[in-house]
Amino acid sequence: MFSYTSIKEYHSFLGTNPDGCMQAVKHYIAAIEANKHLNAFLEVFADEALQRAAELDKQRTEGQTMGRLHGVVVSLKDVICYKGHKVTAASKILDNFESVYSATAVERLLAEGAIIIGRNNCDEFAMGSSSENSAFGTVKNARDTSRVPGGSSGGSAVAVQADLTMISLGSDTGGSVRQPADFCGIIGMKPSYGRISRYGLIAYASSFDQIGIFGKNLADVAIALEVMSGEDNFDSTASSKPVAHYEEHSHKLITGKKIAYFKQVLDHPGIDPEIKAATENYIQTLKDKGFIVEAINFDWLDYIVPTYYILTTAEATSNLSRFDGVRYGFRSTEGIDDLNEMYKQSRSKGFGKEVQRRILLGNFVLSSGYFDAYFTKAQQVRKLLSDNTATIFEQYDAIISPTVPAPAFKLGEKSDDSVAMYLADIYTVYANLVGLPSISVPLFTHSNGMPFGLQLMTNHYEEELMFALSNSFLAK
Amino acid sequence: MNLMDKYQIVIGLEVHAQLQTNSKLFCGDSIAFGAEPNTHVSPVTLAHPGTLPKTNKKAVEYAVRLGIACNCEIVRYNYFARKNYFYPDLPKGYQISQHTTPICKGGYVTIQSTEGEKQIILNRIHMEEDAGKSIHDADDFYTCIDLNRAGTPLVEIVTEPCIHSSEDAFQYITELRKLVQWLGVCDGNMEEGSLRCDANVSVRLKRETTLGTKVEVKNLNSIRNVKKAIDYEAERIIGLLEKGEPVIQQTRSFNADNDTTFSMRDKEDANDYRYFADPDLAPFNLTEEYIQNIKEALPALPAELKHTFTTELGLSEYDAANICEDKSSADYFHSVAAINKHYKAIANWMLGPIKQYLNEHQIGYADFTLLPKTFSSLVNLVQEGKVNFSVASQKLLPELMKHNQDPATLAESLNLLQVSNVNELEKWVDEVIANMPDKVAEYKKGKKGLIGLFVGEVKKVSKGQADPKMVTELLQKKLS
Repeated sequence: MFSYTSIKEYHSFLGTNPDGCMQAVKHYIAAIEANKHLNAFLEVFADEALQRAAELDKQRTEGQTMGRLHGVVVSLKDVICYKGHKVTAASKILDNFESVYSATAVERLLAEGAIIIGRNNCDEFAMGSSSENSAFGTVKNARDTSRVPGGSSGGSAVAVQADLTMISLGSDTGGSVRQPADFCGIIGMKPSYGRISRYGLIAYASSFDQIGIFGKNLADVAIALEVMSGEDNFDSTASSKPVAHYEEHSHKLITGKKIAYFKQVLDHPGIDPEIKAATENYIQTLKDKGFIVEAINFDWLDYIVPTYYILTTAEATSNLSRFDGVRYGFRSTEGIDDLNEMYKQSRSKGFGKEVQRRILLGNFVLSSGYFDAYFTKAQQVRKLLSDNTATIFEQYDAIISPTVPAPAFKLGEKSDDSVAMYLADIYTVYANLVGLPSISVPLFTHSNGMPFGLQLMTNHYEEELMFALSNSFLAK
Repeated sequence: MNLMDKYQIVIGLEVHAQLQTNSKLFCGDSIAFGAEPNTHVSPVTLAHPGTLPKTNKKAVEYAVRLGIACNCEIVRYNYFARKNYFYPDLPKGYQISQHTTPICKGGYVTIQSTEGEKQIILNRIHMEEDAGKSIHDADDFYTCIDLNRAGTPLVEIVTEPCIHSSEDAFQYITELRKLVQWLGVCDGNMEEGSLRCDANVSVRLKRETTLGTKVEVKNLNSIRNVKKAIDYEAERIIGLLEKGEPVIQQTRSFNADNDTTFSMRDKEDANDYRYFADPDLAPFNLTEEYIQNIKEALPALPAELKHTFTTELGLSEYDAANICEDKSSADYFHSVAAINKHYKAIANWMLGPIKQYLNEHQIGYADFTLLPKTFSSLVNLVQEGKVNFSVASQKLLPELMKHNQDPATLAESLNLLQVSNVNELEKWVDEVIANMPDKVAEYKKGKKGLIGLFVGEVKKVSKGQADPKMVTELLQKKLS
């Protein structure tokens, strides 16, 4: 029976198993089938994955060089384009839409021998914190199916959590990779803004979005990041900074680094007492391990969620204008005899409630008369946060916090309270507002049986340090 | 009192010029005109999910080139904004445009008006992407959309409201069109829509300092129509003012069938475009060095060249102006003048027989195949008296265009060289004298003006080969 622990061990297994890729793919296809109730996958590319596994097995046994992700089974959040395959952003408005090109990240995975096994369910257009906003049904947490897996990349998180794939890709605009990783007890990482090309990632908020990676061990995540990172001719916001050997750093054990945490984060009234206690204990553990950990002031905690929602909805409303029923996707035709009516009906029927809410909010904050009071103000806050971040990193190497103030909640528990739902992002949006790399590592278990993690942020493009610290935290 | 003395017309012009780059402003699609509809449309142009723009550096360079030529201040820190609105020929649901940071500020274009040289002051030049085309007459029921044009790089050149006659507006667009072509940044073709103009027109009493209510006239697809539309609007608005009726702020369209305008929409219908900086495109800085390099590579401008041609090469104002009408003509003159000092003769050739040849064949200097070196030899043949000018232009030039060989050799093989052999000439002179006894008698009686007639006759019988100067001398000798 096939079992998986890491890319490294899988590759040594392939060395003695000529049909190893085939074994792996068959195992995952069966596992996905057996876990359909989790609703983590919108589509499984079964035949194609089997065929690719056979080709890779053949190439390997013929002595061809193995790519760094040779035979590695990967699933994609349904906002990442893969040529010749459907991509719907879990929305009715893109129902049956097929991408005519592949995202740069996907091209790079494929070039290193990855096998794409399917599309993961998520919140519609990556808008949500619970994966309950999909037009194709709710995703369930495998640890407790009465609970949400987090969002918006819930399907991708559950796919790794429930052993339905080796690694998966999500997207993180305000915590959409780290928060579900926290809820599911796995590793979820979003790199610095600009580290991975966004070409082929369906945009939610362009200046916040990054592709992120879910995995069960740090080295897998580091290898995938190495493969996907770097300059891209199709994305002018992708950085040309050289890509480091992240995997090497994911095995390092370090100590003595200066770590900050925000006092206001642990004093926040919304924090679960167990999470607060676990984090405080862990701070002591880190000190015992030889780290310098200090509380610092952060006076803007109450402003970051509003700032985040003003700026992301403004960008989103414009990014989602292309879904107009004219060139592709869903078009409402019934009783339509006028262009404006076609736009209204197509978008009203095609987009779900949460997406419509954010489109309206974004239009409001951009409209003349309100622009300065909301959009300009929020940009000023963002600038302030960036300046402050630079000051923090003059003195500290990293910032830690809980990933989420509370563990995975029950399905439907927050569906009627948008503000409560938005506040679940309070610890994660900061990294996106200022563009920092950030990771959630699974360290704790709540008395209710649910896992939760610790979030770590390092300075821009200091992914190496992020991996080395994460490894040091995870080491027993 | 004349109404035109009572009122002042105030005109501001917005000219959209498509930049002659190979590809679109934010992706690699071709911008060639006239392709099958929807064939230059990559996923980026079609605004497929997940696609991103990437700025065409050549377009930025062209905009800077134009800005320098128009004496603008070049803005160092630039970014693109999104102008949000829904329309089927706008695939992304927003147009990427420079809203608050035009790449060029201020500047001016010099025109020749009836009152002499004038500077038309510019407000700005900014970059933006073109929309696709909505075609309303291809189908009885549907509007068809062609997205080939979507994403084509444009610059919008905006004047201050500083133009006060349709004639000056006409001169300005003529001058601007010449300039963009000269710089190689736009082909200036108004029929194909490479150059488009909108006119803002208002009218106020002469002593008034505030501007009157303006109307914006669109769809002006020729320079003449810009003039006609302004004339029509000025008359219409003055008519309203005279009757004491209100002028409504409107966008109007020009109807070329009857030279009138009609209202498209009122100001009240104006959109809220919700501009904000495009987060998909990083802001870009233009360095001093970058601007300096473009400045240094800039070709000499028409006014500058004209000055050189008149002061240093001795051409007349008229000839110099005509040679500098377009860049390919000035370039051709320049390359011939570099190897031949008969400047005036070169100009005469270019503005006479060559211009005629180009017109007949409907080509420009870009497609004119006669090498400057060959052309120079042709000029010399005439200057040295070896071939007569009219023979050279009417017979030798057309043959040269067919064969493109050495003019002297060709003239010889076609028997077009002027004969200056005295024996040969005497034969023809004697023949003419023998044939015209009456006229000879009149001449001898003192009607010396007849000498021209005899020379002409010799030219005829010699089929143009006789050197007229020598013939005159021979005739005078023989008839004295």
